[in-house]
Amino acid sequence: MAGLLNKKKGRQGAEIPTASMADIAFLLLIFFLVTTTIDVDTGIGMVLPPKLEEDVKPPPVKERNMLKILVNEQGQVLVEDKPASVSIIREEVKKHVLNNGADPNYSESPKKAVVSIKTARGTPYNAYIDVLDEVWMAYFELWDSEARKLGYPDYKAYLEAIGDGPNEIRQKIKAQISIAEPDKA
Amino acid sequence: MSQHFKKKSKTSQEIPTAAMPDIIFMLLIFFMVSTVLRETTVQVRTKLPQAEAISKIEQKRLVSYVWIGPKKLGNNRLGDTAVQIDDALIEDVGVIRTIMWRKLNETPKLIVSLRVDETSEMGIVLDVQQELREAGTLRINYSTKRFVSL
Repeated sequence: MAGLLNKKKGRQGAEIPTASMADIAFLLLIFFLVTTTIDVDTGIGMVLPPKLEEDVKPPPVKERNMLKILVNEQGQVLVEDKPASVSIIREEVKKHVLNNGADPNYSESPKKAVVSIKTARGTPYNAYIDVLDEVWMAYFELWDSEARKLGYPDYKAYLEAIGDGPNEIRQKIKAQISIAEPDKA
Repeated sequence: MSQHFKKKSKTSQEIPTAAMPDIIFMLLIFFMVSTVLRETTVQVRTKLPQAEAISKIEQKRLVSYVWIGPKKLGNNRLGDTAVQIDDALIEDVGVIRTIMWRKLNETPKLIVSLRVDETSEMGIVLDVQQELREAGTLRINYSTKRFVSL
């Protein structure tokens, strides 16, 4: 036994070459780095209204302060009871929010302006998202122009500048989007 | 100056590479551990709609997913619309409030990401939203892809 061991020890180059070990590990590392795609979730954020108590009615909103958007089963849109295309919603929302009491059909002030989106139960989700997207884009564009008034290139730059501080633009122009429940059939 | 060079030449100039694999293995293990692949097999098809006004969810740990879409049946066939939370299909929409209420207790700042197939109808989405209101999980996110103009 001893002789066998001695023989083995005596042989040259019996060790495993470890020079390429680093390369193998590197390859594995690169493989993991490439394959683990950290896909960032994107979407439209919303905050649902809290549950109402049984006998409490939702706060009243004046008719003129509410911009009603209705989407039916076919994905057709009514804005303030008038047939409309999805593409005009953005301008309508902007006009509604920035009205400041000028036109009696639109809102009294940006703080009071509410956009209500109502769908039927059979409305395709796609159509709803299209409408919601347009409404949000209108608010984003309003915030962008507010940020430009304050001397920032856009709203994103403003957000970065204020950090955790109070957001004056959001306080001035609140995004108040209400998702109305469909009528009971 | 020349003296200085002389001194240096005496010592071995090679960087010891024996520890190199260990360092790289450490890195490798770090990446393998830190990338949590919490894969749930989604049993419904969710082809997400596209939108422009989107934002990123920064804190992934706060997110809980709800999938709504037609059931995958195999052979590329699709069944009725179903709701899936975690690994299970939800038969009765009414149980969502219990599930979500429990999740909200674990993570108080929970964001519910609704991954809804674009062909789904609003009825089921509104039912789920109603349940979320009951549970008190009010922060939601309609998962959408970035709009790419053709």
